[in-house]
Amino acid sequence: MPNHWRTWALDYGLYVVFALLLLILSQMSPYFFTVSNLLNIGSQVAMIAVVAIGMTMVILMGEIDLSVGSVAALAGAITAGLIHALPSEWPMGLWLAFSITTGMLIGIVAGLVNGLFVVWGGIPSFIVTLGALSIGRGLVLLYTGGRPIFGFGDAFGKISWGHLGPVPLPIVIMLSLYLLAWLFLCKTQLGRYIYAIGANKEAVELAGVNYRRIKIGIFALAGAFSGLAGIMLTARLDSAQPTAAVGWELDVIAAVVLGGASLYGGRGTVAKTLVGAFILQLISNGLNLLEVQAYWQQIAKGSIILAALLVERILRGRR
Amino acid sequence: MKTSDQIPSAPLAEIRGISKRFGGVVALDQVNLTIRPGEVIGLVGDNGAGKSTLIKILSGAYLPDQGEILFEGQSVQIRNPRSSKDLGIETVYQDLALVDTLDVPGNIFLGREIVKFGFGPLRVLDKSQMAREAENILQRLGISLESLQAEVGLLSGGQRQSVAISRAILTEPKLIILDEPTAALAVMEVGHVLELVHNLREHNIGLVFISHVLQEVFEVADRIVVLRKGRKVADLVKEEASIDLVVNYMVGKIEEKKTHA
Repeated sequence: MPNHWRTWALDYGLYVVFALLLLILSQMSPYFFTVSNLLNIGSQVAMIAVVAIGMTMVILMGEIDLSVGSVAALAGAITAGLIHALPSEWPMGLWLAFSITTGMLIGIVAGLVNGLFVVWGGIPSFIVTLGALSIGRGLVLLYTGGRPIFGFGDAFGKISWGHLGPVPLPIVIMLSLYLLAWLFLCKTQLGRYIYAIGANKEAVELAGVNYRRIKIGIFALAGAFSGLAGIMLTARLDSAQPTAAVGWELDVIAAVVLGGASLYGGRGTVAKTLVGAFILQLISNGLNLLEVQAYWQQIAKGSIILAALLVERILRGRR
Repeated sequence: MKTSDQIPSAPLAEIRGISKRFGGVVALDQVNLTIRPGEVIGLVGDNGAGKSTLIKILSGAYLPDQGEILFEGQSVQIRNPRSSKDLGIETVYQDLALVDTLDVPGNIFLGREIVKFGFGPLRVLDKSQMAREAENILQRLGISLESLQAEVGLLSGGQRQSVAISRAILTEPKLIILDEPTAALAVMEVGHVLELVHNLREHNIGLVFISHVLQEVFEVADRIVVLRKGRKVADLVKEEASIDLVVNYMVGKIEEKKTHA
């Protein structure tokens, strides 16, 4: 295959697959291309997509974060618990803001701890965040006593059920964060260092840049995204489940990798991660429309991810 | 520049009696070396002769156990890579220390990006300015690359070396250390890099050129310094040296003789 075809396929293949999926799904079901179905897909994908922003940055640095689901659940549960503990002298709105901020801070602290263990502890992020996955889930179970916390009223639910004009708020949140992340990664010095750290951190260090601080900061930022997504999930379900967000890490990593980011670091974009997240959601949606049994859906999803990576591998050659 | 051959200018750097031990191993033993501006020093020696230790002391990776370094007549302490750079010493490492996934200007300006404006830690890159200045530097060095937007990972070894050298001269340093700049190159490309070294000398920069290939050293160096087992065993003006002579010093067939330091 000529070289420029390969390059083209690597650069745009993902969008072609996305377009094909839209085409196939619209042929399969008359309901697919309705505004309400598309907005619904957008709202469903928003949480995974938000977490995937942080994951993209972590993977760009050549690291991984397996703790995102547990951190999301912890942030969601603590926010939920706080909302229920509304002190009588506080106005509702202010207390909600405080609860949500605290939930996000929990995410940031968790990410910070991950980053410190990876950078100063010198432990591979795979192991650190595997530990954090387990500890985080344990904390969620302890905090909730294994029982869901539910019922928060309409104001909090707006995070996931409100609209800005015709557009559901989760979609607004997701798209604005993607825009900011894109500007950050493509236009700023720090964004450039994130790529450079993943590709050759020794070169970054010899250039006089303190890459350790950047790494810790990005783990913390990824924690913030997980925290936010956990709060969105709690608002969407009007309940913080002890088993909320179990397995998110797999969906999120799948979205990032499907978007073409290299697990070795230094290569990938948030725009493609977003497309990756949508493709996964569309596959679920399509299989639902086809009334495929849930067990088969899992098998299909996994196979598609493996096939996509194999194709990419072949296109890239041995590099 | 021509006059610098006849009238010795004031030394740029003087290394006096530098020693370095690693445990029981003496890596450098009382080494003296003088580097003048516009002069290329070919530093040669067998593996383990102390070449890398010496340049790592100059680039701030190691601290010497003994001895003194004078830079432009002042006694200096080179404690880390930053303080070496601050003095005006740039090192082009053997593995080049390039970021393969960044483009050419991205690599040349790594760590010293030009920014348009910033909000706290968020600084917005001025990519077009960096591209223009990168082009200028490449032109000044007589380097032509097809596209500056190419990822440097896709460039040839010689082109990568050019980028690494451009990166080194960005800050207009006074001394450049080239550690085996031709080691990973195709034969065709070696000539380009040697030409580049010639061009650098025209800028009145002091150069230390390390190589295993004596032909190359003879092609670019004004003086040839031979290290053997951590000692300086010869310091020869190129005209009075020959490859055979240098090899004999390197392998110890001729013992150390006192030469001008």
